[in-house]
Amino acid sequence: MSAAAPARRSFRAADLLSWWPAWLLFALVLCALFAPWLAPMDPDRQNLLARLKAPGFEARGAVYHLGSDELGRDVLSRLIYGARISLSVAVLSVLLSGVVGVTVGMAAGYLRGWTETVLMRLVDIFLSIPAILLAIITVAVLGPGFVNVILVLALTRWPRYARVAYGQTLAIAERPFVRLSRAMGASPARVIAVHILPNIVGPLLVVATLEFGLMVLFEAGLSFLGLGVQPPTASWGSMLSTGRNYLATAWWIATFPGLALFLLVLSANMIGDRLSDRIGKG
Amino acid sequence: MLRFLLHRGGQALVAAFGVVTLVFFIQRLTGDPTALLLPETATQADIEAMRSALGLDRALWVQYVDFLWDMARFDLGRSFVQNADVWDIILSRLPRTLQLAAGALCVALLIGLPLGLIMALARERAVSRWIMGAVLAFQSMPTFWSGIMMILVFGVWLQWLPPSGTGSLAHLVMPSIALGLLSLATYARITRASVIDELLRDYVRSARARGVGTGRLVRKHLLRNALIPIISITALELSQLLAGAVIVETVFAWPGLGLLTVQSIASRDFLVVQAVVLLGAFVTIGANLAADILYSVVDPRVRLGAKA
Repeated sequence: MSAAAPARRSFRAADLLSWWPAWLLFALVLCALFAPWLAPMDPDRQNLLARLKAPGFEARGAVYHLGSDELGRDVLSRLIYGARISLSVAVLSVLLSGVVGVTVGMAAGYLRGWTETVLMRLVDIFLSIPAILLAIITVAVLGPGFVNVILVLALTRWPRYARVAYGQTLAIAERPFVRLSRAMGASPARVIAVHILPNIVGPLLVVATLEFGLMVLFEAGLSFLGLGVQPPTASWGSMLSTGRNYLATAWWIATFPGLALFLLVLSANMIGDRLSDRIGKG
Repeated sequence: MLRFLLHRGGQALVAAFGVVTLVFFIQRLTGDPTALLLPETATQADIEAMRSALGLDRALWVQYVDFLWDMARFDLGRSFVQNADVWDIILSRLPRTLQLAAGALCVALLIGLPLGLIMALARERAVSRWIMGAVLAFQSMPTFWSGIMMILVFGVWLQWLPPSGTGSLAHLVMPSIALGLLSLATYARITRASVIDELLRDYVRSARARGVGTGRLVRKHLLRNALIPIISITALELSQLLAGAVIVETVFAWPGLGLLTVQSIASRDFLVVQAVVLLGAFVTIGANLAADILYSVVDPRVRLGAKA
């Protein structure tokens, strides 16, 4: 017994460590929630005397831990505030596209007939336009901005959920408990909500996690192209885009937001991979 | 076979029709598309003149039918900003994007396939885990960041490669890698999965039992079967590459269709943006159709399934 105990404890520590993607995601969420308390400076405060200073630069008692940008703003503070944009856009667009897509997919899979034909054809059409291009043309029409970016991402990505929900619903709809419920007079809405949805949540969760990472990338990509959330609001994508112009003199402006994006997307993808190993692919 | 071709071709036509319709309605999301076609300095009189010139004062369905007719004749219109035919503008930029896509596809295939093969053959060993980690990293890296970091290291610090622009084969290296990384990850994953799938089959076991070595087994038996899923992935990747080019071309100032799109949004040259989107969609539809046909030639079960 006494010999087994330490081995077991070390196993637990390793287990916690192996969940680092989840911890990282959690830490970034905390950053976003408590940005005003965590950020050492006001992310929008300019200081033209401290432009393009290297990491560790000190001015009037304030330390620029990750350097300053072309307007003398603190890169670390902007990075912390930027987490708010990345995470909120990603969460909201995943929720919106997920709700729309899952509803469409389940309706098509359960009701069948012409509903199925029309809805799934629509899904095919949306999937024929490369997602980035569809997002770009829609933003070009609607104009950039926080709400529009979320709407555009949702418009672009709902078919992905619809496909998965449709396939899963087809498989569940023929199971005995669903047929029994239908035979006993349950309405389609009730069968879908009570019997089908709870049984297809697993694969949908996998898709949502992987889509979360993709949404972070899309938002940053749109901001990088100047079509996302507009300046002066700090967003990782737009920081990268300015940093690109100062590569030769100030490498830190582009490097750190990119690193943050990479780690966020990597942790989402790793969590998605593990979930799909456990739950099975959607 | 003919029935399958007709069925699948019909589907592709419906999709193309749907895409054109979708683009038409997206343009009218804000009600008045003239705002998209004129520079910001346009006066009210300019706007009115444009509205009647384009027939935007007509009923919506008339405009829609008109738009369909234009598309059916492949008439993409005329750019007011560049004062040129949209087709000519697109064609002048297309070769650059094709070069970039070809480079990226080379990177993805030449590195992705071997990595996937190694991961499958050595799946019990640590090497496989390390490669998988790298593949996941490639998949999670924003292309604009990996591109910028390459410019920083190889262009600015080491000065091995030109940081941006065009002109020589050396200019193509970094953009191709940046664009190819994501597809590389996809190829590595698919190859791994499909080779592992094949490894578990009886013919592999009996070949092993006959004493066939690993090298010969891979070359003569495995790859041939495992490559089938890769055909259909390539169709999807083509459209991914075209869409990814928008960002990569912006990063590297590569004057292809992607950079054209971004420039056209900035100069409010909406017809060009619309043309690139339509082109992207048609390439996707066409590539999927081609992949399905190729697939059905290689694997007859596909077309028999479609018949039922």
